[in-house]
Amino acid sequence: MKASMRVNGVERSADVEPRVLLADFLRTNLALTGTHVGCDTTSCGACTVLLDGEPVKSCTLLAVQVSGRDITTVEGLAQGATLSPVQVGFHEEHGLQCGFCTPGMMLVGTALLERNPDPTEEQIRWAISGNICRCTGYMNIVKAIQHAAKAKQAAAKAPAPEAVAAGGGE
Amino acid sequence: MSSTMHMHGGIGESIKRKEDGRFLRGKGNYIDDLTLPGMLHMAILRSPHAHARIKSVDTNAAAAKPGVIAVVTGELMAQHKLAWMPTLSYDTQAVLATDKVRFQGQEVAAVIAETKYQAEDARDSIEVDYEVLRAVISPDGAKAEGAPLIRDEKEGQKDNHIYHWESGDKAKTQAAFAKAAKVVRLHTFYPRCHPAPLETCGCVADVNPATGKATIYMTSQAPHAIRTVFALVTGLPEQNIRVISPDIGGGFGNKVPVYPGYVVATAASLLIGRPVKWIEDRTENLISTGFARDYHMTGDLAVDDKGKMTALRVHLDSDNGAFFSDAQPSKFKAGLFHIVTGSYDIPTAHITADGYYTNKAPGGVAYRCSFRVTEASYLIERLVTNAALELGIDQAEFRQKNFIQPEQFPYTSATGWIYDSGDYPKAMDVALDKLGYAELKKDVEARRKKGEVTGIGIASFTEVVGAGHGADFDILGLRMFDSAELRVHPTGKALLRMGTKSQGQGHETTFAQIVAEELGIPASDVAVEEGDTDTAPYGLGTYASRSTPVAGAATAMVSRKLREKARLIAAHLLEAADEDLAWERGKFYVKGSPDRAKTIQEIAFAAYSNLPEGMEAGLEGVHYYDPPNMTYPFGTYAVVVDVDKGTGQVKVKRMVAVDDCGVRINPMIVEGQIHGGLTEGFGIAFMELITFDADGNCIGSNFMDYLLPTAWETPKFEMGETVTPSPHHPLGAKGVGESATVGSPAAYVNAVIDALSPYGITNIDMPVTSDKVWAALRSKGVME
Repeated sequence: MKASMRVNGVERSADVEPRVLLADFLRTNLALTGTHVGCDTTSCGACTVLLDGEPVKSCTLLAVQVSGRDITTVEGLAQGATLSPVQVGFHEEHGLQCGFCTPGMMLVGTALLERNPDPTEEQIRWAISGNICRCTGYMNIVKAIQHAAKAKQAAAKAPAPEAVAAGGGE
Repeated sequence: MSSTMHMHGGIGESIKRKEDGRFLRGKGNYIDDLTLPGMLHMAILRSPHAHARIKSVDTNAAAAKPGVIAVVTGELMAQHKLAWMPTLSYDTQAVLATDKVRFQGQEVAAVIAETKYQAEDARDSIEVDYEVLRAVISPDGAKAEGAPLIRDEKEGQKDNHIYHWESGDKAKTQAAFAKAAKVVRLHTFYPRCHPAPLETCGCVADVNPATGKATIYMTSQAPHAIRTVFALVTGLPEQNIRVISPDIGGGFGNKVPVYPGYVVATAASLLIGRPVKWIEDRTENLISTGFARDYHMTGDLAVDDKGKMTALRVHLDSDNGAFFSDAQPSKFKAGLFHIVTGSYDIPTAHITADGYYTNKAPGGVAYRCSFRVTEASYLIERLVTNAALELGIDQAEFRQKNFIQPEQFPYTSATGWIYDSGDYPKAMDVALDKLGYAELKKDVEARRKKGEVTGIGIASFTEVVGAGHGADFDILGLRMFDSAELRVHPTGKALLRMGTKSQGQGHETTFAQIVAEELGIPASDVAVEEGDTDTAPYGLGTYASRSTPVAGAATAMVSRKLREKARLIAAHLLEAADEDLAWERGKFYVKGSPDRAKTIQEIAFAAYSNLPEGMEAGLEGVHYYDPPNMTYPFGTYAVVVDVDKGTGQVKVKRMVAVDDCGVRINPMIVEGQIHGGLTEGFGIAFMELITFDADGNCIGSNFMDYLLPTAWETPKFEMGETVTPSPHHPLGAKGVGESATVGSPAAYVNAVIDALSPYGITNIDMPVTSDKVWAALRSKGVME
């Protein structure tokens, strides 16, 4: 069957078996390996992507199910060398350690700030509660999303994108 | 722009991590992200039974499935003498079962196919005929009369007993107990749990048929040791084996051992001549690899009439699963459990331990812990709180009264450990201060009078990490040193390679900071590489909080070596005597004439262009560091809980964590490590459990049964610190990766027990779930 969708703003399509999971399609057919698989049971959230802007777990969706829809993966967050406010927040607040949960966490954070630009800590914790992190204990992930919220609010007043050079993230 | 771009990045600076960039962009390089030309995929068939004799394995239907290249059985492996492999604890372990299966999830056969989906499809077509045998699921079951013999293939093995091990002084301890005013006993089970890193284990084995070179990409915390083990197991010459650990999505001990999947994938690649990828799914990870704990412990603490501890006696039964494949130093059968006297000046102790085979997964690893230190710390800290409650002494005061005092260091413990340094009363004071302990105690009393169930838990742990001095610590004979190789390029930029392997700990930043401090090259100019055995110097790897104590020390030492050569070059450039030069981070200058100076960058260029007569070119070096002693991080954790009498639900209201890990190289990273450990400790205390039914079926085989803390239930942490530098580490650092997982479970559980103590409840085994608390309260007649 043909799976066709817009991934990070680009039309992509491929012939796949109907049973191919969206996570596998992104990783194998499109070589977008930033979407990770941690559990296969929709429990850990490492495979989270945005489907028309809403976080979904791509290990329990079929690629053919999302035909015609918009998918955003971690590879779609930065604009060229410029990291998104959420990415900058994770760097500045040490919101990542091994990095395996990070794409899912950042996508959930991005979606949250789209619908709620000024979330409380409780709202952030609830939003990311479908995603497991084994390294950070979540405190710095919360701070990272708060950092992004503040940056976005400041940018809304005086637009000036934060530039982060390619490479080391420094 | 990053806030730390222009910082030098020396010791003590919280610079942002150098490794973040690729992870933030989804460009990490994890094992499953790797695709090689012609690569095949492997799926493993596992035993559904805990204990069964294999009568036959029929692979015909599987072999005929689309895309299948080969089906590997134990019989095929046996033809190549690879059906069994040696373990890290001098036992043997089945690679693919030939005679019996001995735990649920044991590897029986493997399918190699063109795609992952095809391999998994064909796996389901393998027919295995089993004769099911009775399963043994606990040490008590293992020693029961008439228990089935699990390791019947092992010559001379007549029962399920693996080892007996002792430490301390039996006679002296007995005498002390005979004189005790009070003996407090705690029997507690530290249940089986699992490190469960978010990335499972896996490998891509690529044996080149033309050259014979085996390149094995593997999620390994210890790639160099794995290379040597592979050479011993397969007979391949070691120079033809290259192990590469790519980015690792968390380890926590799970990725130390050699697992059968690695061996089968490598054998398959060798036989087929194409690369073979094997990636565990989550269930495979939880049921077959790297479990932790499973210690049944009984501790007796003797106390005199003045409230001083006089002796400790511990017996433990260890459930090691079907093969004794614990990853730990050879000398110590029960790991470093004999640190069990903890932070207390206990004059004598006697520890006995017995290990047993059971029909459960093998591969005991230290889940974010230095070889069973967690079990030891849990037992002593639970026992001390129980003793305080029983004696009616405040648990903080009881600890203060029995702490090893700062002036007693170096302190030799009753079981022979030489504690390098510590200031336990100070860490306790900082914690109690942060907590507002005196006021809080009054509040607890007042609320209890109103019928509320609330309590405070304390744990003042001492760890022993940084294995270790080579005379006592080895794995399969390999001394547990570690290494650092430093190359300074002509432009003054540097490449540092180590024998360790980061799994999220931030080595690329922390170790660059050591070079920045010691050699004056900014951390941003130091690239750090680990994990490729063809390029990095040999080392024993990253676990047991040993990277900073051992490889960090090696990094400091190699930097100092290069600094000494730099001094000679600077003297030549400045036309001064080398003893007339002084060092200031980043440059040598002539004493008294600070303007006459050469920067490390200028010196680096001269090392390749303008050398003193007779000096070898280059500015490179390597150091292998064998530590003179272990390091002993410590701290005090304090927890406040409320318990709902009606439901048994425990709510952690506060968690104060005061850690002393010596000198902190990057405080931001150190705090991140502690946050993570406190969270895993919280999970272990309240949620995480691998258990088995009577037939040996594993319960806890996916993330819906094996519960991990999310942001919703994880408490917020209040952090504090003291700094007592290690006297023998070149930087005074001690290692911190595991302190919080070691110390926190007892603090959480002590808080619950303190809350329940008015009802006469003295123990609930972890995980302390609502149903257990509810049942305990009901058993004491609390019916609300």
